[in-house]
Amino acid sequence: MKLALPPILIYSLRRLVQAVPVVILIMIGTFLLLKLAPGDTVDALVGDMGGADAQFIERLRVEYGLDQPVWVQLWRYMEKLATFDLGWSFVYEQPVSTVLMDRLGTTLLLMATSLSIAFTVGVALGAIAARRAYSLTDNVISTLGLIFYATPSFFLSLMMMLLFSVKLGWLPVGGIKTIAGFYTGWDHVWDVALHLIMPTAALSLIYLSFYLRLMRSSVLQVADLDFVRTARAKGAGETRLMFHHIMRNALLPVVTLFGLQFSTVLGGSVVVETIFTLPGLGQLAYQSVIQRDMNTLMGIIFLCSIIVVIVNFLTDLLYARLDSRIELA
Amino acid sequence: MSDQSPILEIRDLKIALPEGSDRPFALDGLNLTVKPGEIVCMVGESGSGKSLSAGAIMRLLPEPHVHVAGGSISFLGDDILAKTDREMKQIRGNRISMIFQEPMTALNPQKTVGWQIDEVLKLHMEGNRAARRKHAIEMLNRVHIPDPESAYNAYPHQISGGQRQRVMIAMALSLSPKLVIADEPTTALDVTTQLQILKLIRELQQEDGAGVLFITHDFGVVAEIADHVIVLRQGEVVEQGAADQVLNHPQHPYTQALIASVPDLAPPPPKPVSTLPVVLKGTGLKKTFAAKGGLLSGKRKAVTAVKDLSFELHQGETLGVVGESGSGKTTVSRLVTRLLEADAGAVDVDGKDLLACSPSELRGMRKHIQMVFQDPMASLNPRKRVVDLIAQGPIVHGEDPEKARARARELLELVELSPAAANRFPHEFSGGQRQRIGIARALAMEPKVIVADEPVSALDVSVQAQVLKLLADLRDRMNLSLLFVTHDLRVAAQLCDCIIVMQKGEIVEAGVTAEVFADPKHPYTRNLLSSIPGRHWTPPVRNTDAA
Repeated sequence: MKLALPPILIYSLRRLVQAVPVVILIMIGTFLLLKLAPGDTVDALVGDMGGADAQFIERLRVEYGLDQPVWVQLWRYMEKLATFDLGWSFVYEQPVSTVLMDRLGTTLLLMATSLSIAFTVGVALGAIAARRAYSLTDNVISTLGLIFYATPSFFLSLMMMLLFSVKLGWLPVGGIKTIAGFYTGWDHVWDVALHLIMPTAALSLIYLSFYLRLMRSSVLQVADLDFVRTARAKGAGETRLMFHHIMRNALLPVVTLFGLQFSTVLGGSVVVETIFTLPGLGQLAYQSVIQRDMNTLMGIIFLCSIIVVIVNFLTDLLYARLDSRIELA
Repeated sequence: MSDQSPILEIRDLKIALPEGSDRPFALDGLNLTVKPGEIVCMVGESGSGKSLSAGAIMRLLPEPHVHVAGGSISFLGDDILAKTDREMKQIRGNRISMIFQEPMTALNPQKTVGWQIDEVLKLHMEGNRAARRKHAIEMLNRVHIPDPESAYNAYPHQISGGQRQRVMIAMALSLSPKLVIADEPTTALDVTTQLQILKLIRELQQEDGAGVLFITHDFGVVAEIADHVIVLRQGEVVEQGAADQVLNHPQHPYTQALIASVPDLAPPPPKPVSTLPVVLKGTGLKKTFAAKGGLLSGKRKAVTAVKDLSFELHQGETLGVVGESGSGKTTVSRLVTRLLEADAGAVDVDGKDLLACSPSELRGMRKHIQMVFQDPMASLNPRKRVVDLIAQGPIVHGEDPEKARARARELLELVELSPAAANRFPHEFSGGQRQRIGIARALAMEPKVIVADEPVSALDVSVQAQVLKLLADLRDRMNLSLLFVTHDLRVAAQLCDCIIVMQKGEIVEAGVTAEVFADPKHPYTRNLLSSIPGRHWTPPVRNTDAA
């Protein structure tokens, strides 16, 4: 029997099925890796409390299920994961999924805006630089890109804080909203936007240079291709050449990078989130490592691997849309 | 038609190259006239400046590095060189249009065929979308594309090479330009497609009365299509005149040499080789490029590249494998050298089945059968010196490095390169010289059989003649056997004793070259032979060892 489904749906289903073993392998791998690290939640908790007697520690371990062999722990964890139960965070005294969902919005907002800005501005600047290759404009753009690329994110963030918050007093130093503000409606949106300006700027300035440099070389390469010459011989002007013939083809490698970076930007946001004290996933990951909050950490990794899988899938769809030669199969 | 006022008149055109080039002018003193309804062929080898002259007419030279330094180009009486950019945009694609060499790359891969034809119309024609669409489909009809409606919506990669070139032509001729510049429009095509495209250009040009400037390196094509011929060498015109005159009574020694290098269609007298021992024997070879993918991924259709192929190659014999692209001839060359694993069959080299060898046995067997590849640019490691490239094989097989290098120097002499070449890198050589290095590398192993996959296709005709001569010479001197894969029937005719004609992975005809050429049995062979450009023209033989 042949299923009369649209090819895109079949493709999506197949990708979904392929994603399951990937995520399971990632989870098993990280679980075992984390178990290899010395110390556990109880050690961290007891350390925080300033010490406790051996009996209390033993009881805690039994309560958290940490007295079992690693394989049993793993099996129990995977069993729960199969029902999308991410477990309980002993540090936050909340279900892990609640903790994650609280944080996910902030990180996604930060990631999506800064990457979109980096992508759009980078592509535009790269195209301009390539069209005026080896001119003053090109040199200025390329040098600036390189400077931002070479600047460590923490340094860039601190300098921005110093300038805009401390000296000029224009922007809030950190956090996602004014704590005692209790804004609602558009005031709240405006408040959050103000808080996000600096972290977004810091992240996008760093990522910008990737797109800029890739787009520049890609445009230069495509501009030399035969079909651009054909278009010129047809009497097309430079603007038309750029938008219809060069950009469309030059964008392909840049889109690949976009997909790759969207998956890794979570790691990059740890530093920025911590500096600007944004309650996002990066910051949560950092704290969970310190506090050996195994369940939260695993939850973050689970969430990240799902984001990676989804973003990869979306990139492939976008790629097939952009490049007519690629068929989804 | 000779009384009409010319469409294009070029007087004393000079194109300057950037400083530090091998010569100051890419083109020095070009004079040329194209009249309505006339096809003017510009012939020359690579580097002769023929493509740049097209660029100058379109005002599309890579300025300011390369620019017009003197002379005049007048199009319908107007000075092209005095036009503004805006005026040139009006002329390009509208009054003067171009057809390019590579139909694969000359079309934007991301836009449909229809969009790309529509672009010309949008730029130069009044009229709404529906009118333009109608005109575009009419043009696709005129270039004889089957099912123009669906071709209109197809992307370039979805149609064949020949059809892509038809699309290019439709695009170029859609506004009935006065002048069409065709820059090697058939070089990348199979011979049967080439003939169709040449006929098409002829036909459309006669309907519209346009002048055509046809750039080519192939005298066969010239004989097929030209009214008037201009021969260029290193940017200078060495000879021009009516096609008949230049082709049959060339005056300048360079033209004579060029024409003499065009391989003759008359095959060599058959050698009595069948009594000699068989050195290479293929039996029942089969290769299918399997359907990829499995449980969780998509499936692709299986492609049968070679099905049930058998042949015998005697000592000292040259066996030609000819066919068009996709016929499986390259796969054959890979199978017999076991660079690709066959699905079934046997390859006996010197009585031992190469395909049944274990990996270690295979390594030993490799020295009996060596390859010469098509692209002399890509097949030599650019980071190694020539002497090491040649000596590498014997050293791998346990030869003393010093001896191997000494032998490599001897081999360079054998392929007529100076021993000084030994310590240089491949990029310092021309294409022909690189192919000689490739041959020396193959010879270093003292093989019994050499498999040559299109070894001269990337070379200019005069260089091609030299390399072919060298191969024939070495074969006779060293008693080598050659398996020679080529798409060029002229080359096959010149070198091969026996020939296999392949179509879609199967042998459609095999036999002694002279017999196959004189009396082809299979319709496909007949079609191939009758598509050879300039087959009615026999190059006058004057001075065979020039060039």
